[in-house]
Amino acid sequence: MKTVACAEVTERVAETIKRAGVRIDDACMNALQEDLPIETGAAKFALDVMINNALLAEKNADPVCQDTGMAVVFVTIGQEVRVTGGSLTDAINEGVRRAYRDNFFRKSVLDPVTRINTGDNTPAVIHYDLVEGDSFDVKIMLKGFGSENMSRLYMLPPSKGLPGVKECVLRTVREAGGNPCPPVLLGVGLGGTMEKAALLSKHALFREIGSINPDPELDRLEKEWTEDLNRLGVGPQGFGGRLTCVATFIEKFPTHLAGLPVAVTVQCHAVRHGGFSL
Amino acid sequence: MNTVRLHTPLTEESIKGLQKGDCVLLSGTIYTARDAAHKRMAESFLSTGVLPLCGKVIYYAGPCPKRPGEVIGSVGPTTSYRMDDYAELFCKNGCPYSIGKGKRDDRAIKAIRASHGVHFDAIGGAGAYYKSCVKSAKAVLYPDLGAEAVYELEVVDFPVVVHII
Repeated sequence: MKTVACAEVTERVAETIKRAGVRIDDACMNALQEDLPIETGAAKFALDVMINNALLAEKNADPVCQDTGMAVVFVTIGQEVRVTGGSLTDAINEGVRRAYRDNFFRKSVLDPVTRINTGDNTPAVIHYDLVEGDSFDVKIMLKGFGSENMSRLYMLPPSKGLPGVKECVLRTVREAGGNPCPPVLLGVGLGGTMEKAALLSKHALFREIGSINPDPELDRLEKEWTEDLNRLGVGPQGFGGRLTCVATFIEKFPTHLAGLPVAVTVQCHAVRHGGFSL
Repeated sequence: MNTVRLHTPLTEESIKGLQKGDCVLLSGTIYTARDAAHKRMAESFLSTGVLPLCGKVIYYAGPCPKRPGEVIGSVGPTTSYRMDDYAELFCKNGCPYSIGKGKRDDRAIKAIRASHGVHFDAIGGAGAYYKSCVKSAKAVLYPDLGAEAVYELEVVDFPVVVHII
């Protein structure tokens, strides 16, 4: 039986967050750089600042964005893994606490009723998935709330079908305008129940930009919707122009015959994520 | 692309001729304030009849903590619509100049125009870039609010785009 030590989890979580907070995803950076010659006016001005920001952040180890987000953690754990040295959840939160404290990241997490800040950006939002075998994989995203506030959930009647789903996706981005700091990436969760759709939409955002969806129909929809989104004219920081959406990622799950849940997680251009396996 | 340089203080005269979509490099003194600071300033106005930051440029932002020896942490803009409820009060009482990001509602647009002010958008997510434009910073109001305190920032060539004029 494989053992995973809590102390190591804490250390690796802290390292992953430290690195993620100061650099945007390489493929997203490439997409911004490729679009720069195409844009004009304020959109080009904005894109230029975004690109230079990412370069400066990495060079100086400064947070890419002052909203260093809430840590969303997906843990996939094999049922043959034994965790030693304490509580796994506490170990993850300790990693979050250390990373935000030691790297001078902003602590944005607070009680929703009293609005009193927890002071250390914990707790993280942690999702566990139990699988066969002895794997132990952790994926972490630093989710800023400019884009999170623009994420949406729709409980469609089945009669709306795929055209209805597409309209939800387009409406989410159109209505958000410049608020979520476009160019955006979209995670779309289709099916399941209300909370399952939302989870799928978050998880989908870990897929690599430019990768092919293993489901050919979903892959086709991702490309079609991304093209349609790039005809909305929202553009970099909502200033108009071509690049509104860098990529769309869809995940699906069987749902009830009476429903068609659609969740859309909006991710800003400052894609900050990472992960590790033990 | 029309890029212009502006220096604070802003006045009705100095912003004359600006158009929506103009790219501006702003230098001078600006003041951070977001949700919690706006609430405090509005309360202060109710009791004293004066708005703190009257005539100043307000930057909707809450920075990261600074590292030892540095001026400030990353300091990009936050989303403007959360300050829409305060727009009328601020514009009518001498604070019609602001910087944020994203949409504003009709009340805010009307209030900014009626008071001959200007609202700029900064580039969201560009916290490290904006940090590099800040030459000095000090907390001048509500230091107990931490990241949400009002900081006075001396900035050079701070990139913004005219959103409402």
